[in-house]
Amino acid sequence: MTLISAEHIKKEYPVGEVVVHALNDVSFEIGPASFVCFVGPSGSGKTTLLNLIGCLDKPTDGTLTVADTDVATLDRKASAAFRGRTIGFIFQDFNLLPVLTVYENIEYPLLMVQNVPPEERRPRVTALLAAVGMADQKDKYPDQISGGQKQRVAIARALVTNPKLVLADEPTANLDHDTAYRVLDLMKKMRNEFKTTFIFSTHDQKIVGEAETIFTLEDGKINDAKTRGGGNGHG
Amino acid sequence: MGNLFKIAIRNLLRYKRRTLLTASLITLGVVFVLVFVSVSGSFKNMMIGQVTDSMIGHMQVHRKGFVASIETLPLNLNLKGGAIGRLEKILNEQPEIDAYSPRVKFGGMFSNFTETSSIRLTAIYPEKEFKAVPLLPGRVTDGSKELKPGGILIPELLARGLKVKPGDMVVIVATNADGSVNGKQFTVTGVLQSATGPGGRDGYIHMDDAIEVLRMEGQQVSEYAIRLKDFGNLAAFGEKLDSLLAKEINQQNKPIFELHTWEKLSPFFNIARMIDLMTFFIKLMLIAIVLISIMNVMIMAVYERIREIGTIAAIGTLPGKILNMFLIEGFCMGVGGALIGDIAGIAIVNILNLLKITYNFGQQQGIILQTAVSPADVLVISATVIIVSVIASLQPAFKASRMEPIKALRHT
Repeated sequence: MTLISAEHIKKEYPVGEVVVHALNDVSFEIGPASFVCFVGPSGSGKTTLLNLIGCLDKPTDGTLTVADTDVATLDRKASAAFRGRTIGFIFQDFNLLPVLTVYENIEYPLLMVQNVPPEERRPRVTALLAAVGMADQKDKYPDQISGGQKQRVAIARALVTNPKLVLADEPTANLDHDTAYRVLDLMKKMRNEFKTTFIFSTHDQKIVGEAETIFTLEDGKINDAKTRGGGNGHG
Repeated sequence: MGNLFKIAIRNLLRYKRRTLLTASLITLGVVFVLVFVSVSGSFKNMMIGQVTDSMIGHMQVHRKGFVASIETLPLNLNLKGGAIGRLEKILNEQPEIDAYSPRVKFGGMFSNFTETSSIRLTAIYPEKEFKAVPLLPGRVTDGSKELKPGGILIPELLARGLKVKPGDMVVIVATNADGSVNGKQFTVTGVLQSATGPGGRDGYIHMDDAIEVLRMEGQQVSEYAIRLKDFGNLAAFGEKLDSLLAKEINQQNKPIFELHTWEKLSPFFNIARMIDLMTFFIKLMLIAIVLISIMNVMIMAVYERIREIGTIAAIGTLPGKILNMFLIEGFCMGVGGALIGDIAGIAIVNILNLLKITYNFGQQQGIILQTAVSPADVLVISATVIIVSVIASLQPAFKASRMEPIKALRHT
């Protein structure tokens, strides 16, 4: 069973008069409830690949299927709707909405994207607040909590709609070492609990070992793909 | 929708100083317009009130062709017997009419036995005239307000020029419709304060005296001054009465009567139109203020929140909802500015009334400024501000909704 299937995908975009080949003939498959990492140096194509999987961009060539949908065929509105019901996002800079409290940030996708009624919203948000350990901080605004706490809130926000897939672009880049591991632990715990596929990118070799499947990218190509039983521990 | 409002208000409060400045600008604009509208409106209403309630009436009916020759006050164009009956029957059947007054207008010579001057005279039935133009008795500054047969109310300028005072005997000599001349002695009953505009220098005598001086056989009427119960109904009732009068035709199959509202009879209508025009331009300025200030703020808001827009777009917020978020911000700012402006504007208007500011209008001095702002004005101005606020937010909001999430997320 496959959640994501990429066949010979290419992504090119012009920079001035030069065409940059961000991805070149990339193929892979990812199953449900996976914990996957794209690793590689800056400019290797990690973010471009996550953007394509996340329906934020379209491949120049090749076929990319996410949850049985050919994402290249979706128009702007359909892409937004697809993202809203299928994909959760965790950003490097957390990207919480500063005018909303922790609770409201987690509630936002249910409220503004999926229009879930209040009686359904409340238990889901409360459960996720407890799951990420932020229940006692729920009334605080993003500028009143630490970076690690912000990323926990972002994880809860990504999971609140029960997506099939969560994409995290460099989720630990702005966190210290210990916090980064705690965030990855939390992501893995959430994967186990919600059976959601987590895909994250990083250039930090130390945290790569936390992933079960590791795709190594270089110059827009997947050089190596490894699948392991689980994280190799840390501390 | 409630959540969109919550987010919009929080975003506005996030940039307190900027929001406050913009809302203050809108508030100031609304206050200025409300005060201007109320002051100019009160002046206009006073002017119209003076013109209609002390001289002209709200509208007048004449025999067809009379107004075109009004400078010569032609007696041969007076309404007579049958026409008067037909017209009064129509007027009596109109529930919109509060009162009407038949008048005979004619020119004559006024003499105090040593000096003579020309005079325009209006012959009236006082009880009817004072109902149709209720401010007329108030113009009697000296002498009695009552006008009985044998008495005359003379204009102030003539009283001063010929040194005549109440109780003095004067003679009126007038040319009759057949060209003969007749005269009659009158006692000055009172002196009328001069009023600005046509009719302001007219003297008044009783209708019975006009019948005698002009040797009229039976009742004749130069004009009917009509007062409506509701002045706001002037245009609609004017049309109705006009169509009723148009059905009254003579043997030559031509209309007997002509109807004119005060606007056609008084040059002050042009001043009223000028006031309306100025008010319109003041409102245009308010629209420009709101448009520019809201658009400026919303463009800034979109620019400063590009990454946030990218985030909400990435997590699946539909473009229409993003558009609404920014439109509601503009709407809220418009509502806030309009609401505070309305409260402050109404307060200032009331303060102006408490101050009892006086001004002069023509010969009338010490008129107290009585400002009032109608709920309709408040509603129209507020609605204009709010609609313009939303329109001003449209372009920035549309830009935000069309933003590519991938580009927005990259924005630093």
